Amino acid sequence: MNTFRDQFIGTWTLLKKELLRFWRVAFQTVAAPVITGILYLLIFSQVLGDRLEVYEGINYLVFLIPGLIMMSLLQNSFSNSSSSLIQAKIMGNIVFLLLTPLSYLQLFFAFLIAAIVRGMFVGICIYVIAMFYVDLPVEHPWFVFIFAFCGGGLMGAFGMIAGIWATRFDQMAAFGNFVIMPLSMLSGVFYSIHSLPPMWQKISHFNPFFYMIDGFRYGFFGQSDTSPYLSLMIVLSFFIILSFITIRMLKSGYKLRN
Amino acid sequence: MKKAIVFKNVSKNYKQLKAVDGISLTIEKGEFFGLLGPNGAGKSTLINMMAGLVKPSNGSIDVMGFNVNKEYQEARHSVGIVPQELVFDPFFNVREMLRFQAGYFGKDKLNDKWVDEVIERLDLTDKASTNMRKLSGGMKRRALIAQALVHRPPVIVLDEPTAGVDVELRQKLWSFIKELNNEGHTIVLTTHYLEEAEALCNRVAMMKSGKIVALDSTKNLLKEFSLKNLKVRLQKNSIKKITTLLKETPFDQEDDWCTFKLKKVSDASNIIEKLNSLKIQILDLKLIESDLENIFLKLTSKN
Repeated sequence: MNTFRDQFIGTWTLLKKELLRFWRVAFQTVAAPVITGILYLLIFSQVLGDRLEVYEGINYLVFLIPGLIMMSLLQNSFSNSSSSLIQAKIMGNIVFLLLTPLSYLQLFFAFLIAAIVRGMFVGICIYVIAMFYVDLPVEHPWFVFIFAFCGGGLMGAFGMIAGIWATRFDQMAAFGNFVIMPLSMLSGVFYSIHSLPPMWQKISHFNPFFYMIDGFRYGFFGQSDTSPYLSLMIVLSFFIILSFITIRMLKSGYKLRN
Repeated sequence: MKKAIVFKNVSKNYKQLKAVDGISLTIEKGEFFGLLGPNGAGKSTLINMMAGLVKPSNGSIDVMGFNVNKEYQEARHSVGIVPQELVFDPFFNVREMLRFQAGYFGKDKLNDKWVDEVIERLDLTDKASTNMRKLSGGMKRRALIAQALVHRPPVIVLDEPTAGVDVELRQKLWSFIKELNNEGHTIVLTTHYLEEAEALCNRVAMMKSGKIVALDSTKNLLKEFSLKNLKVRLQKNSIKKITTLLKETPFDQEDDWCTFKLKKVSDASNIIEKLNSLKIQILDLKLIESDLENIFLKLTSKN
């Protein structure tokens, strides 16, 4: 009765709705993070500009751009799935999804892909605007893509966990302010961790955001603070673990079906 | 297969509280079934378990032969639920919301014609392109009903569909729901409005504290529990008199009206004879039949 075709249409419909949801408020969901990213660029290019060279032959502004792109991508992927779920829960319209034959895997993939698409879209917008300022090389495009995809997916899954767990908007804000923001700011977006004291370098290695930023940056410059393969393994592992937790939560109906 | 919904010994416990306590109930295909009960009786919990929104602590529920937990996809294809709360997605208009809802059930563009028909039948055509936020309460209620119908389910569950709805819209919704039933849909209605259940439902279950306290056809319930009341209007000084003289015939007093509960119709003539013998002048009298409300109050009252 519930054929593969039905399932495909169901998943596609939810994905389309999730994409339209953020597109309807693109001023808030796309324009705002792009402008924030561009402001960072403008400020740092004025203050530091050509005065610093982080990697050999790469000035600070060029070094900064991939980090900013990835930071915005991660934050927006998280925001997409988390805000959609918390809003639907608080407004009560989550019931329209829960009454349908959509399986936990269909829900997972639709929310996940929508999160990745929004994150990547914001990232591409920043990249396109940044190209007006600097010439940004892309040494390993596949690394750029795979880190963008896995980073967006990891944060999309994390956003789902937060959206399912939180029951109030302030709990969700706490996730953003006390987890996402500090981890992304201290991940090496604005600096190479080699410029930190040894103890902080070690601490940085416990931050999963560091590997996402560093691996993504490797895709552009062919240089990174740590091995891109190690970064890829760690990012993939986190992606799989968080996806597993999300799927378990959706399957059990945790905070959704009781 | 004649059974639309089968509840088998269904219970739901929230720690110490038994929200639903061992309910077994079968609703036949094509029935218009009413689920009545005061707040907290367990009606919505029962409906939510059937919809898969709440997991039962015990027992099993089948919809159109599909178990709502093990065969949840097939079961959910078979049922359309109109939730009690006026919930909506603020990002979309009525038509978009209905098409998305149909899409979740695997319905493609070919179903858009049916979506437009549902919009028309619920008088939503003028509002089809209006954002859900901008609709009045009554229009939102219609949109919710439309949402439950877009995937053409054989069973439709309406959880308090006319709560907070004006009289005109209530009448329109009643006739629309009746039409659906005439077309062969099985309807389950939970309501606080007993006149609604009396006017629409073929069969009624009354719930109290998670249990069914009465289950029968509306006709039989009215017959079985029928109470006739004799209301007589007397002068105020006469009322004081009969309070002492008619000790064995209790009555309720409201202003100058006295209501006598009759076990059988002949009791009415006995009371009138007694009043005549006491030379008490009857100013007016009425014989009143009980309705579902009386039965409901009788069955669900604490005593």
